[in-house]
Amino acid sequence: MNTLAIKGGKVMSEETKTNINRREFFSYLTVGWVAFTAAVAGLLGLTFRFTFPNVNFEPEMDFLAGNPADYEEGVDERWKVKYGVWIIKLEGRLAALSNICTHLGCIPNWLAGERKFKCPCHGSGFYQNGINFEGPAPRPLERFKITMTPEGTIKVDKTKIYRYEKGQWDNPESYLEV
Amino acid sequence: MIKEFINYISDPIRSFPIMAILFFLQMKFYRTFGTKKFYALLMLIGIPLVFLAATDPNFLLILTWPDNVPISLLILSLGFFTWLSFHKAAVNDARIEAGEPPVEGTPEMREKVWCWPNLVYTELFMMIAATVFLIAWAIIFKAPLEEPANPTWAPNPAKAPWYFLGLQEMLVYFDPWMAGVVLPGIIVVGLLAIPYLDTNPKGNGYYTIKERPMAISLFLFGFLVLWIFLIIIGVFMRGPNWTFYGPFEFWDFHKVQAAFNINLSEFFWVKGLNMPMPRSIFLREIVGIVLTFAYLSLPGFLFSKMKRGKEMLERIGNIRYYFLVFLVLSMGTLPIKMVLRWLFSLKYIIAMPEFEFNL
Repeated sequence: MNTLAIKGGKVMSEETKTNINRREFFSYLTVGWVAFTAAVAGLLGLTFRFTFPNVNFEPEMDFLAGNPADYEEGVDERWKVKYGVWIIKLEGRLAALSNICTHLGCIPNWLAGERKFKCPCHGSGFYQNGINFEGPAPRPLERFKITMTPEGTIKVDKTKIYRYEKGQWDNPESYLEV
Repeated sequence: MIKEFINYISDPIRSFPIMAILFFLQMKFYRTFGTKKFYALLMLIGIPLVFLAATDPNFLLILTWPDNVPISLLILSLGFFTWLSFHKAAVNDARIEAGEPPVEGTPEMREKVWCWPNLVYTELFMMIAATVFLIAWAIIFKAPLEEPANPTWAPNPAKAPWYFLGLQEMLVYFDPWMAGVVLPGIIVVGLLAIPYLDTNPKGNGYYTIKERPMAISLFLFGFLVLWIFLIIIGVFMRGPNWTFYGPFEFWDFHKVQAAFNINLSEFFWVKGLNMPMPRSIFLREIVGIVLTFAYLSLPGFLFSKMKRGKEMLERIGNIRYYFLVFLVLSMGTLPIKMVLRWLFSLKYIIAMPEFEFNL
């Protein structure tokens, strides 16, 4: 302790500095703990702030997907890379299928020859309507809200999710009659 | 012909039971396995065989893949150190039977040496050697860099780092919550608990198998068969779409593998009783729930009524006993689920995707 402790305007002698009394000890302790807590809280605050990036490169959560006439019967991959969505047209219904595997969140591939989605991570397989049938995936792929704008284009909203096992695929917002 | 046969038996459906049997033979005949002659024979046969196998272009491609080179080295060193521990245990067990102390307990082995210079010198040289090795390696083999990450695209096959491939292989048979969180948690807690569960003072400071066969068999089964072997499968034999490919098989992207799976509830209600699935989720999964509770409670209870189990319960006490039983049963879920998947295409014993709960 080279710094001089100053108390009541008087410079303390060497002896009193080395033998701090009980009251002083507790005040040092309090200051120390308060400073420590403040530092930890500040660091935690910074860490928390760090989880909210200044710039977000994630794709838009909703997008316009062209006219219903653009789609053939079956699976369409044109929005997969940009928005992570397959547009599927089956039995006169259009639906927007999520491309995230329901097992552990990998990105399955559409195998046109086998007519199925197959996940490269653990081998889960899904029919073209998104129902799981092989591998460990516990539930079908999720579907997104799909609506028609007044201009006649398709609008896909990824913030609203429809899950088969909860019976939500019957919801009129989860498909488009064409 | 031989290549096709090897491809055929290395499918985990066949190679997993083979490995389990080999493991138990190794534990049973550890004195033969632990001789120097046996190891020399193994190397004399094994090394030429590997070189012979490497003449196959598909196998050579897998073996020389930059990611896989260190894994092959690790497997070799693991084999050596496993043999070394068995060798030392075999020597010690023979000595103990003859009434002598184990090798580690002889006066000349109990002699103490100084940390400096004896240990620190060795460490320094090993450090330099390891650095030289790493630099040479970094120059010879280029790191396999891939394209920038893209959240809407995954490589095929998408493989975890090699040390997690056993876990990834496990995930094929389990819900991600089980194989990704619960089972690894149990593994870590279980390994931490070993010193508190194990009250047997034998084997402290010396190698032995005969004095504690159960502890060593249980641990090595979990480590060698359920962890290392699955890593080997995951590294060398899982190709595009996580389909199994034999060591001499071309990684054909379009290899079709029938993997149609169904849940136990569907087996029971639809196939067994020929009726539609009940509406209530709990009624639907009642068989799986009952089986799971039976699996977790009955074996420990029944074993405690047997002679060996009774002795063990008395020796280590209730808490240690049931904790140990729970850990062993958790370990057993992996082979059980693998076999059920292979034999009956069973997906989940309890399947409640509504609650994200699947066993």
